[in-house]
Amino acid sequence: MYSLDAAFSALADPTRRAILGRLARGEATVNELAEPFEMTQPAISQHLKVLEDAGLIVRRVEGTKRPRRLAKAGIEAMDQWLAMLRKALETNYDRLDEVLTGMEKHKKGE
Amino acid sequence: MSKMTLKTEGDTHVIVTRRFTAPPEAVYRAHTDPKLIQKWLLGPAGWTMPVCINEAKAGGRFRYEWTNGKGSGFHITGEYVELDPYSRIVHIERMHLPDPTPDNHIETRFEADGAGTLMTMRMTLPDGKTRAAMLATGMEHGMEASYVRLEGML
Repeated sequence: MYSLDAAFSALADPTRRAILGRLARGEATVNELAEPFEMTQPAISQHLKVLEDAGLIVRRVEGTKRPRRLAKAGIEAMDQWLAMLRKALETNYDRLDEVLTGMEKHKKGE
Repeated sequence: MSKMTLKTEGDTHVIVTRRFTAPPEAVYRAHTDPKLIQKWLLGPAGWTMPVCINEAKAGGRFRYEWTNGKGSGFHITGEYVELDPYSRIVHIERMHLPDPTPDNHIETRFEADGAGTLMTMRMTLPDGKTRAAMLATGMEHGMEASYVRLEGML
């Protein structure tokens, strides 16, 4: 179940962002993900669970391994949400452009 | 043409930049004169700002109230820390939804950029969790700023 709140909370942690950064380059096992961090495997697994619950990553079963990869749907939904926020902000600044044009005309006495 | 950029920095900052063709003095005035603010700081279509109280001096307070005319609304209160006309504004603000959100410290710079202005808004939230919450919820009205390019975080 994808939740934007969970996704943003999951992204509030630098280790989890770094994990996503690693997964952006391709699928990886828990051991491979734990390697660059000075963290125990259970600590990394906890971070992976948060990312998984937030819908940002998915796991696959391969023998005894459980490689993780980025979840396309979760990341696309978050992108769309952010694009919407960006649009709202851009709308404000486009309006400000008009206000500024009006101020300039007023100054010139048009 | 992409005039605006939004990105996160570290765990607690959000940076927004925007270029304007008008000079810094005009852009600064549009950020501090209530009559001008009410014309543009509105978010999605249909929203208005019936209350815009703004005391633009160090220690001065402001209060912006928005409504969609259909019973939904919220407000922001804040204080000015420093104002350097027409180059810099430092203020603190919080949203009331209706409970107040943690304080957002914002420094806005207006720099001459040719005949126009480069505006840089740097927000500092108390912690990463607050920033995440602001991005996820408070921004639905598109008022104060934020956007994270996912690529920027990865």
